[in-house]
Amino acid sequence: MIPVGFEYARPDSVDAALALLAEHGEDAVVLAGGHSLLPVMKLRLAAPELVIDIGKLAELQYVRVEGEEIAIGAGTRHRTLEASEVLAAECPLLAAVAHSVGDPQVRHRGTLGGSLAHADPASDLPAGVLALGGTVVLRSPRGERRVPVTEFYTGVFSTVKEPDELVVEVRVPRTGTAGWAYEKFTRRASTGPSSRWPWSTAGSGSSTWGRPRCGPGRPRPRSRAAPRSRRPRRSPTGTPSPPRTSRGPRSTVATSPGCSPGGR
Amino acid sequence: MTSTVKVQITVNGQPTSADVEPRLLLAHYVRDVVGIKATNIGCDTTSCGACTVLLDGESVKSCTVLAVQADQQEVTTMEGLSPSPDELHPVAAAFRQEHGLQCGFCTPGMVMATVSLLAENPHPTEREVRENLEGNLCRCTGYHNIVRAVLAAAEAQGGDS
Ligand SMILES: Cc1cc2nc3c(=O)[nH]c(=O)nc-3n(C[C@H](O)[C@H](O)[C@H](O)COP(=O)(O)OP(=O)(O)OC[C@H]3O[C@@H](n4cnc5c(N)ncnc54)[C@H](O)[C@@H]3O)c2cc1C
Ligand code: FES
Ligand code: FES
Repeated sequence: MIPVGFEYARPDSVDAALALLAEHGEDAVVLAGGHSLLPVMKLRLAAPELVIDIGKLAELQYVRVEGEEIAIGAGTRHRTLEASEVLAAECPLLAAVAHSVGDPQVRHRGTLGGSLAHADPASDLPAGVLALGGTVVLRSPRGERRVPVTEFYTGVFSTVKEPDELVVEVRVPRTGTAGWAYEKFTRRASTGPSSRWPWSTAGSGSSTWGRPRCGPGRPRPRSRAAPRSRRPRRSPTGTPSPPRTSRGPRSTVATSPGCSPGGR
Repeated sequence: MTSTVKVQITVNGQPTSADVEPRLLLAHYVRDVVGIKATNIGCDTTSCGACTVLLDGESVKSCTVLAVQADQQEVTTMEGLSPSPDELHPVAAAFRQEHGLQCGFCTPGMVMATVSLLAENPHPTEREVRENLEGNLCRCTGYHNIVRAVLAAAEAQGGDS
Protein backbone atom coordinates (compact mmCIF):
# COMPACT_ATOMS: atom_id res chain seq x y z
CA MET A 1 0.00 0.00 0.00
CA ILE A 2 1.43 3.31 -1.08
CA PRO A 3 0.21 6.73 0.01
CA VAL A 4 -1.04 9.31 -2.47
CA GLY A 5 1.89 11.52 -3.50
CA PHE A 6 2.62 14.54 -1.33
CA GLU A 7 5.16 17.29 -0.88
CA TYR A 8 7.52 16.91 2.06
CA ALA A 9 9.11 19.49 4.32
CA ARG A 10 11.44 18.97 7.24
CA PRO A 11 11.68 22.33 9.00
CA ASP A 12 14.66 22.72 11.34
CA SER A 13 12.78 24.40 14.18
CA VAL A 14 9.36 24.53 15.80
CA ASP A 15 8.96 28.12 14.62
CA ALA A 16 9.65 27.11 11.02
CA ALA A 17 7.15 24.25 11.34
CA LEU A 18 4.53 26.67 12.71
CA ALA A 19 5.13 29.08 9.83
CA LEU A 20 4.58 26.26 7.32
CA LEU A 21 1.41 25.14 9.11
CA ALA A 22 0.07 28.69 9.13
CA GLU A 23 0.84 29.07 5.42
CA HIS A 24 -0.68 25.79 4.24
CA GLY A 25 -3.59 25.40 6.68
CA GLU A 26 -5.63 22.25 6.33
CA ASP A 27 -3.73 21.09 3.23
CA ALA A 28 -0.80 20.31 5.50
CA VAL A 29 -0.37 17.65 8.15
CA VAL A 30 2.29 17.21 10.79
CA LEU A 31 4.28 13.96 10.85
CA ALA A 32 5.84 12.97 14.18
CA GLY A 33 6.46 9.23 14.63
CA GLY A 34 4.10 8.41 11.78
CA HIS A 35 2.65 5.37 13.52
CA SER A 36 -0.90 6.59 13.33
CA LEU A 37 -0.59 8.89 10.33
CA LEU A 38 1.30 6.67 7.88
CA PRO A 39 -1.07 3.68 8.21
CA VAL A 40 -3.97 6.04 7.50
CA MET A 41 -2.15 7.55 4.51
CA LYS A 42 -1.25 4.10 3.19
CA LEU A 43 -4.93 3.18 3.31
CA ARG A 44 -5.57 6.48 1.47
CA LEU A 45 -7.97 7.57 4.17
CA ALA A 46 -5.82 10.70 4.36
CA ALA A 47 -4.13 12.39 1.41
CA PRO A 48 -2.46 15.60 2.60
CA GLU A 49 -0.78 17.84 0.04
CA LEU A 50 2.08 18.68 2.35
CA VAL A 51 3.63 16.60 5.10
CA ILE A 52 5.60 18.61 7.67
CA ASP A 53 8.06 16.27 9.41
CA ILE A 54 8.78 17.30 13.01
CA GLY A 55 10.13 13.88 13.96
CA LYS A 56 13.77 14.96 14.13
CA LEU A 57 13.29 18.20 16.07
CA ALA A 58 15.51 17.80 19.15
CA GLU A 59 13.86 20.83 20.77
CA LEU A 60 10.69 18.73 21.17
CA GLN A 61 12.46 15.79 22.81
CA TYR A 62 13.04 16.07 26.56
CA VAL A 63 11.78 14.86 29.93
CA ARG A 64 12.62 17.19 32.80
CA VAL A 65 11.42 18.20 36.23
CA GLU A 66 10.08 21.76 36.47
CA GLY A 67 8.87 22.65 39.94
CA GLU A 68 6.03 20.35 40.93
CA GLU A 69 5.57 19.10 37.37
CA ILE A 70 7.40 17.07 34.76
CA ALA A 71 7.65 18.76 31.38
CA ILE A 72 7.83 16.38 28.42
CA GLY A 73 8.54 17.48 24.85
CA ALA A 74 5.80 16.46 22.43
CA GLY A 75 8.32 14.67 20.22
CA THR A 76 9.48 12.34 22.99
CA ARG A 77 9.18 8.74 21.88
CA HIS A 78 7.25 6.09 23.80
CA ARG A 79 10.49 4.15 24.28
CA THR A 80 12.16 7.18 25.89
CA LEU A 81 9.24 7.52 28.31
CA GLU A 82 9.30 3.86 29.27
CA ALA A 83 13.06 3.97 29.95
CA SER A 84 13.13 7.44 31.55
CA GLU A 85 14.78 7.59 34.97
CA VAL A 86 13.00 10.86 35.66
CA LEU A 87 9.62 9.21 35.11
CA ALA A 88 10.63 6.09 37.03
CA ALA A 89 11.25 8.26 40.08
CA GLU A 90 8.69 11.02 39.61
CA CYS A 91 5.79 9.61 37.62
CA PRO A 92 6.04 5.83 37.19
CA LEU A 93 2.44 5.58 35.97
CA LEU A 94 3.32 7.35 32.72
CA ALA A 95 6.36 5.15 32.12
CA ALA A 96 4.23 2.03 32.62
CA VAL A 97 1.53 3.33 30.29
CA ALA A 98 4.17 4.05 27.61
CA HIS A 99 5.53 0.52 28.08
CA SER A 100 2.09 -0.91 27.38
CA VAL A 101 1.84 0.66 23.91
CA GLY A 102 1.97 -1.72 20.93
CA ASP A 103 5.33 -3.43 20.55
CA PRO A 104 8.98 -2.28 20.74
CA GLN A 105 9.08 -1.25 17.07
CA VAL A 106 6.01 0.96 17.57
CA ARG A 107 7.47 2.40 20.77
CA HIS A 108 10.73 3.27 19.02
CA ARG A 109 8.80 5.53 16.63
CA GLY A 110 5.59 6.82 18.23
CA THR A 111 5.61 10.07 20.18
CA LEU A 112 3.69 11.39 23.17
CA GLY A 113 2.50 14.48 21.28
CA GLY A 114 1.38 12.39 18.30
CA SER A 115 -0.54 10.02 20.52
CA LEU A 116 -2.31 12.85 22.36
CA ALA A 117 -3.06 14.80 19.19
CA HIS A 118 -4.37 11.74 17.35
CA ALA A 119 -7.01 11.29 20.08
CA ASP A 120 -7.78 7.66 19.39
CA PRO A 121 -10.15 6.53 22.16
CA ALA A 122 -8.37 3.17 22.26
CA SER A 123 -4.93 4.64 22.85
CA ASP A 124 -2.98 4.43 26.06
CA LEU A 125 -1.10 7.67 26.62
CA PRO A 126 -4.15 9.96 26.54
CA ALA A 127 -5.75 7.78 29.22
CA GLY A 128 -2.60 8.00 31.31
CA VAL A 129 -2.29 11.77 30.98
CA LEU A 130 -6.02 12.16 31.71
CA ALA A 131 -5.70 10.08 34.87
CA LEU A 132 -2.79 12.25 35.96
CA GLY A 133 -4.67 15.46 35.28
CA GLY A 134 -1.91 16.72 32.99
CA THR A 135 -1.70 19.80 30.78
CA VAL A 136 -1.23 20.05 27.01
CA VAL A 137 0.87 22.99 25.80
CA LEU A 138 -0.15 24.24 22.34
CA ARG A 139 1.78 26.74 20.25
CA SER A 140 0.88 28.69 17.10
CA PRO A 141 2.15 31.90 15.55
CA ARG A 142 -0.47 33.59 17.78
CA GLY A 143 1.30 32.41 20.91
CA GLU A 144 1.21 29.61 23.43
CA ARG A 145 -1.65 28.31 25.53
CA ARG A 146 -1.94 25.66 28.21
CA VAL A 147 -5.00 23.44 28.11
CA PRO A 148 -5.86 21.04 30.94
CA VAL A 149 -6.05 17.64 29.30
CA THR A 150 -9.56 17.25 30.70
CA GLU A 151 -10.55 20.09 28.34
CA PHE A 152 -8.33 19.00 25.42
CA TYR A 153 -10.59 16.29 24.02
CA THR A 154 -13.90 17.19 22.43
CA GLY A 155 -14.70 13.64 21.35
CA VAL A 156 -13.38 10.65 19.48
CA PHE A 157 -10.41 11.71 17.28
CA SER A 158 -11.11 15.35 18.03
CA THR A 159 -9.48 17.96 20.21
CA VAL A 160 -9.54 21.72 20.77
CA LYS A 161 -6.25 22.04 18.84
CA GLU A 162 -6.57 24.54 15.97
CA PRO A 163 -5.16 23.55 12.54
CA ASP A 164 -2.25 26.01 12.93
CA GLU A 165 -1.32 24.76 16.41
CA LEU A 166 1.30 22.24 17.42
CA VAL A 167 1.35 20.26 20.61
CA VAL A 168 4.78 21.27 21.92
CA GLU A 169 4.75 19.94 25.46
CA VAL A 170 2.84 17.77 27.89
CA ARG A 171 3.01 18.45 31.63
CA VAL A 172 2.15 15.93 34.31
CA PRO A 173 2.33 16.22 38.10
CA ARG A 174 5.21 14.70 40.05
CA THR A 175 3.41 11.88 41.76
CA GLY A 176 6.47 10.35 43.38
CA THR A 177 5.59 7.22 45.27
CA ALA A 178 1.81 7.72 45.31
CA GLY A 179 -0.08 4.55 44.48
CA TRP A 180 -1.34 3.97 40.96
CA ALA A 181 -2.64 1.31 38.64
CA TYR A 182 -3.19 1.00 34.91
CA GLU A 183 -5.37 -1.54 33.19
CA LYS A 184 -6.05 -2.26 29.57
CA PHE A 185 -9.13 -3.95 28.19
CA THR A 186 -8.30 -5.58 24.90
CA ARG A 187 -10.67 -5.86 22.01
CA ARG A 188 -9.10 -7.48 19.03
CA ALA A 189 -11.94 -7.30 16.56
CA SER A 190 -10.77 -4.89 13.92
CA THR A 191 -7.02 -4.73 13.83
CA GLY A 192 -4.04 -6.83 12.93
CA PRO A 193 -3.26 -9.76 15.13
CA SER A 194 -0.32 -8.28 16.99
CA SER A 195 -1.66 -4.79 17.44
CA ARG A 196 -3.25 -4.81 20.84
CA TRP A 197 -5.53 -1.85 20.46
CA PRO A 198 -6.93 -1.59 23.92
CA TRP A 199 -9.86 -0.11 25.62
CA SER A 200 -7.78 1.60 28.17
CA THR A 201 -8.39 2.90 31.60
CA ALA A 202 -6.01 4.46 34.02
CA GLY A 203 -6.70 4.95 37.64
CA SER A 204 -4.58 6.86 40.04
CA GLY A 205 -5.33 7.83 43.53
CA SER A 206 -3.85 10.13 46.13
CA SER A 207 -5.19 12.90 48.26
CA THR A 208 -4.13 15.68 45.91
CA TRP A 209 -4.44 14.54 42.32
CA GLY A 210 -5.67 11.92 40.01
CA ARG A 211 -8.93 10.15 39.28
CA PRO A 212 -10.01 7.23 37.19
CA ARG A 213 -10.19 8.13 33.53
CA CYS A 214 -10.86 6.53 30.20
CA GLY A 215 -9.32 7.68 26.92
CA PRO A 216 -10.42 10.45 24.52
CA GLY A 217 -14.09 10.68 23.73
CA ARG A 218 -15.01 9.22 27.08
CA PRO A 219 -13.60 11.76 29.53
CA ARG A 220 -15.31 10.26 32.56
CA PRO A 221 -15.86 6.61 33.29
CA ARG A 222 -19.55 5.74 33.21
CA SER A 223 -21.19 5.83 36.59
CA ARG A 224 -21.70 2.09 36.43
CA ALA A 225 -18.03 1.62 35.69
CA ALA A 226 -16.86 3.60 38.67
CA PRO A 227 -19.50 3.29 41.32
CA ARG A 228 -19.13 5.19 44.53
CA SER A 229 -18.86 2.02 46.53
CA ARG A 230 -15.55 1.44 44.80
CA ARG A 231 -13.79 4.55 45.90
CA PRO A 232 -10.02 4.15 46.30
CA ARG A 233 -9.31 1.74 49.08
CA ARG A 234 -6.30 1.60 51.32
CA SER A 235 -3.90 -1.13 50.38
CA PRO A 236 -1.94 -2.90 53.12
CA THR A 237 0.99 -0.58 52.56
CA GLY A 238 -1.15 2.47 53.04
CA THR A 239 -1.11 3.61 49.42
CA PRO A 240 -4.59 4.10 48.05
CA SER A 241 -5.48 1.63 45.34
CA PRO A 242 -7.82 2.80 42.62
CA PRO A 243 -11.27 1.51 41.93
CA ARG A 244 -11.94 -0.92 39.16
CA THR A 245 -13.29 1.19 36.39
CA SER A 246 -14.59 -1.25 33.84
CA ARG A 247 -15.13 -4.88 33.07
CA GLY A 248 -13.68 -7.05 30.36
CA PRO A 249 -10.60 -9.06 29.56
CA ARG A 250 -7.56 -7.38 31.01
CA SER A 251 -4.45 -7.85 28.94
CA THR A 252 -2.06 -5.65 30.80
CA VAL A 253 -2.00 -4.72 34.41
CA ALA A 254 0.64 -2.49 35.84
CA THR A 255 0.54 -1.20 39.36
CA SER A 256 2.76 0.47 41.87
CA PRO A 257 3.98 -1.72 44.71
CA GLY A 258 1.17 -2.35 47.16
CA CYS A 259 -1.64 -1.55 44.74
CA SER A 260 -3.82 -4.45 43.78
CA PRO A 261 -6.73 -3.43 41.62
CA GLY A 262 -9.67 -5.74 41.77
CA GLY A 263 -8.34 -7.40 44.86
CA ARG A 264 -5.80 -9.61 43.09
CA MET B 1 3.80 13.97 -9.76
CA THR B 2 5.26 15.36 -6.57
CA SER B 3 8.80 16.62 -6.22
CA THR B 4 11.53 14.22 -5.28
CA VAL B 5 13.74 14.62 -2.24
CA LYS B 6 17.40 13.68 -2.01
CA VAL B 7 18.13 11.26 0.81
CA GLN B 8 21.45 10.03 2.15
CA ILE B 9 21.08 6.89 4.19
CA THR B 10 23.89 4.68 5.45
CA VAL B 11 22.77 1.12 4.79
CA ASN B 12 24.82 -1.62 6.43
CA GLY B 13 27.75 0.74 6.80
CA GLN B 14 27.70 1.83 3.14
CA PRO B 15 26.60 5.34 2.24
CA THR B 16 23.66 5.32 -0.18
CA SER B 17 21.92 8.23 -1.80
CA ALA B 18 18.95 8.70 -4.13
CA ASP B 19 16.30 11.15 -5.23
CA VAL B 20 13.09 9.62 -3.95
CA GLU B 21 9.42 10.41 -3.84
CA PRO B 22 8.52 11.39 -0.26
CA ARG B 23 5.96 8.56 -0.19
CA LEU B 24 8.61 5.89 -0.76
CA LEU B 25 8.65 3.50 2.19
CA LEU B 26 11.96 2.58 3.80
CA ALA B 27 11.20 -1.11 3.08
CA HIS B 28 11.03 -0.31 -0.64
CA TYR B 29 14.14 1.85 -0.41
CA VAL B 30 16.26 -1.02 0.89
CA ARG B 31 14.70 -3.64 -1.38
CA ASP B 32 14.26 -1.73 -4.62
CA VAL B 33 16.59 1.27 -4.53
CA VAL B 34 19.53 -0.30 -2.68
CA GLY B 35 18.57 -3.72 -4.04
CA ILE B 36 19.07 -5.94 -0.99
CA LYS B 37 16.23 -8.33 -0.38
CA ALA B 38 16.52 -9.93 3.06
CA THR B 39 13.97 -7.47 4.45
CA ASN B 40 10.58 -9.00 3.70
CA ILE B 41 7.27 -7.24 3.40
CA GLY B 42 4.50 -9.36 4.88
CA CYS B 43 1.39 -7.59 6.08
CA ASP B 44 2.35 -4.07 4.99
CA THR B 45 0.24 -2.83 7.94
CA THR B 46 2.73 -2.63 10.86
CA SER B 47 1.50 -5.91 12.29
CA CYS B 48 3.80 -8.79 11.33
CA GLY B 49 7.30 -7.38 11.85
CA ALA B 50 8.76 -9.15 8.79
CA CYS B 51 10.06 -5.79 7.57
CA THR B 52 11.91 -4.98 10.80
CA VAL B 53 15.26 -3.22 10.33
CA LEU B 54 17.41 -1.21 12.71
CA LEU B 55 17.29 2.57 12.42
CA ASP B 56 20.23 4.01 14.34
CA GLY B 57 20.35 0.71 16.19
CA GLU B 58 16.66 0.52 17.16
CA SER B 59 14.14 -1.88 15.65
CA VAL B 60 11.51 -0.26 13.43
CA LYS B 61 8.98 -1.64 10.96
CA SER B 62 10.24 -0.34 7.64
CA CYS B 63 6.79 -0.60 6.03
CA THR B 64 5.74 2.25 8.33
CA VAL B 65 8.74 4.54 7.97
CA LEU B 66 9.28 6.80 4.98
CA ALA B 67 12.71 6.75 3.36
CA VAL B 68 12.81 10.53 3.84
CA GLN B 69 12.39 10.01 7.60
CA ALA B 70 15.58 7.93 7.61
CA ASP B 71 17.60 10.62 5.84
CA GLN B 72 21.05 11.09 7.44
CA GLN B 73 20.52 7.99 9.59
CA GLU B 74 21.92 4.47 9.68
CA VAL B 75 19.89 1.48 8.61
CA THR B 76 20.94 -2.10 9.33
CA THR B 77 19.32 -5.06 7.65
CA MET B 78 19.95 -8.79 8.08
CA GLU B 79 22.61 -8.57 5.35
CA GLY B 80 24.53 -6.09 7.47
CA LEU B 81 24.79 -8.32 10.51
CA SER B 82 27.15 -11.01 9.34
CA PRO B 83 30.83 -10.15 9.50
CA SER B 84 31.42 -12.13 6.27
CA PRO B 85 29.30 -14.17 3.84
CA ASP B 86 30.28 -17.47 5.43
CA GLU B 87 30.12 -16.37 9.05
CA LEU B 88 26.78 -16.01 10.81
CA HIS B 89 26.01 -13.27 13.33
CA PRO B 90 25.58 -14.83 16.82
CA VAL B 91 21.83 -14.19 16.76
CA ALA B 92 21.43 -15.77 13.33
CA ALA B 93 23.62 -18.67 14.44
CA ALA B 94 21.42 -19.19 17.51
CA PHE B 95 18.29 -19.26 15.31
CA ARG B 96 19.89 -22.00 13.21
CA GLN B 97 21.18 -23.90 16.22
CA GLU B 98 17.81 -23.87 18.02
CA HIS B 99 15.70 -24.45 14.88
CA GLY B 100 14.14 -21.01 15.32
CA LEU B 101 12.86 -21.01 11.75
CA GLN B 102 11.01 -23.17 9.28
CA CYS B 103 10.03 -21.32 6.09
CA GLY B 104 12.23 -18.40 7.09
CA PHE B 105 9.94 -15.59 5.98
CA CYS B 106 9.70 -14.04 9.43
CA THR B 107 13.35 -14.70 10.25
CA PRO B 108 15.09 -11.50 9.10
CA GLY B 109 12.55 -9.45 11.07
CA MET B 110 12.80 -11.75 14.09
CA VAL B 111 16.59 -11.55 14.05
CA MET B 112 16.63 -7.75 13.74
CA ALA B 113 14.06 -7.40 16.54
CA THR B 114 16.24 -9.70 18.65
CA VAL B 115 19.40 -7.69 17.99
CA SER B 116 17.54 -4.55 19.11
CA LEU B 117 16.15 -6.30 22.19
CA LEU B 118 19.56 -7.62 23.28
CA ALA B 119 21.10 -4.17 22.81
CA GLU B 120 18.52 -2.73 25.21
CA ASN B 121 18.37 -5.70 27.55
CA PRO B 122 21.35 -8.10 27.27
CA HIS B 123 19.87 -10.62 29.71
CA PRO B 124 16.14 -10.87 29.09
CA THR B 125 14.00 -13.38 30.93
CA GLU B 126 11.88 -15.75 28.85
CA ARG B 127 8.87 -13.59 29.58
CA GLU B 128 10.69 -10.45 28.46
CA VAL B 129 11.69 -12.20 25.24
CA ARG B 130 8.09 -13.12 24.52
CA GLU B 131 6.86 -9.62 25.34
CA ASN B 132 9.50 -7.97 23.21
CA LEU B 133 8.87 -10.10 20.16
CA GLU B 134 5.20 -9.23 20.32
CA GLY B 135 5.52 -7.20 17.13
CA ASN B 136 6.82 -10.15 15.12
CA LEU B 137 4.60 -12.95 13.85
CA CYS B 138 5.67 -16.41 12.81
CA ARG B 139 3.25 -18.72 11.06
CA CYS B 140 5.45 -21.81 11.29
CA THR B 141 7.40 -22.40 14.46
CA GLY B 142 4.93 -21.86 17.27
CA TYR B 143 7.53 -19.49 18.77
CA HIS B 144 9.06 -21.84 21.33
CA ASN B 145 12.23 -22.40 19.34
CA ILE B 146 12.46 -18.71 18.54
CA VAL B 147 12.35 -17.87 22.25
CA ARG B 148 14.95 -20.55 22.89
CA ALA B 149 17.14 -19.08 20.16
CA VAL B 150 16.93 -15.58 21.62
CA LEU B 151 17.84 -16.86 25.09
CA ALA B 152 20.74 -18.84 23.60
CA ALA B 153 21.94 -15.77 21.70
CA ALA B 154 21.81 -13.71 24.90
CA GLU B 155 23.86 -16.36 26.65
CA ALA B 156 26.36 -16.55 23.79
CA GLN B 157 26.78 -12.80 23.69
CA GLY B 158 27.53 -12.62 27.42
CA GLY B 159 27.40 -8.91 28.10
CA ASP B 160 27.16 -6.99 31.34
CA SER B 161 24.24 -7.63 33.60
C1 LIG C 1 0.88 -1.72 15.08
C2 LIG C 1 0.54 -0.55 15.95
C3 LIG C 1 0.15 -0.78 17.26
C4 LIG C 1 -0.15 0.28 18.10
N1 LIG C 1 -0.55 -0.01 19.37
C5 LIG C 1 -0.87 1.02 20.19
C6 LIG C 1 -1.26 0.77 21.54
O1 LIG C 1 -1.30 -0.38 22.00
N2 LIG C 1 -1.57 1.85 22.30
C7 LIG C 1 -1.49 3.13 21.83
O2 LIG C 1 -1.78 4.05 22.56
N3 LIG C 1 -1.12 3.39 20.57
C8 LIG C 1 -0.81 2.37 19.75
N4 LIG C 1 -0.40 2.66 18.47
C9 LIG C 1 -0.34 4.07 18.03
C10 LIG C 1 1.01 4.66 18.35
O3 LIG C 1 1.16 4.87 19.73
C11 LIG C 1 1.21 5.99 17.61
O4 LIG C 1 2.58 6.19 17.56
C12 LIG C 1 0.61 7.22 18.23
O5 LIG C 1 -0.78 7.06 18.41
C13 LIG C 1 0.80 8.43 17.33
O6 LIG C 1 2.05 8.99 17.56
P1 LIG C 1 2.99 9.37 16.35
O7 LIG C 1 4.10 10.15 16.90
O8 LIG C 1 3.33 8.13 15.61
O9 LIG C 1 2.05 10.34 15.50
P2 LIG C 1 1.84 10.52 13.94
O10 LIG C 1 1.33 9.26 13.35
O11 LIG C 1 3.02 11.12 13.33
O12 LIG C 1 0.67 11.60 13.98
C14 LIG C 1 -0.62 11.27 14.43
C15 LIG C 1 -1.53 12.49 14.30
O13 LIG C 1 -1.16 13.49 15.25
C16 LIG C 1 -0.75 14.68 14.61
N5 LIG C 1 0.43 15.16 15.35
C17 LIG C 1 1.55 14.45 15.63
N6 LIG C 1 2.37 15.18 16.42
C18 LIG C 1 1.77 16.37 16.62
C19 LIG C 1 2.12 17.54 17.36
N7 LIG C 1 3.26 17.64 18.06
N8 LIG C 1 1.25 18.58 17.36
C20 LIG C 1 0.10 18.50 16.67
N9 LIG C 1 -0.30 17.42 15.96
C21 LIG C 1 0.53 16.36 15.94
C22 LIG C 1 -0.46 14.29 13.18
O14 LIG C 1 -0.65 15.37 12.32
C23 LIG C 1 -1.46 13.18 12.95
O15 LIG C 1 -2.70 13.71 12.66
C24 LIG C 1 -0.08 1.61 17.61
C25 LIG C 1 0.34 1.86 16.31
C26 LIG C 1 0.66 0.80 15.48
C27 LIG C 1 1.09 1.08 14.09
S1 FES D 1 5.35 -5.80 6.59
FE1 FES D 1 5.85 -4.29 8.01
S2 FES D 1 4.98 -5.06 9.80
FE2 FES D 1 4.29 -6.52 8.34
S1 FES E 1 9.48 -19.54 9.98
FE1 FES E 1 7.82 -19.39 8.63
S2 FES E 1 6.88 -17.58 9.34
FE2 FES E 1 8.37 -17.91 10.83
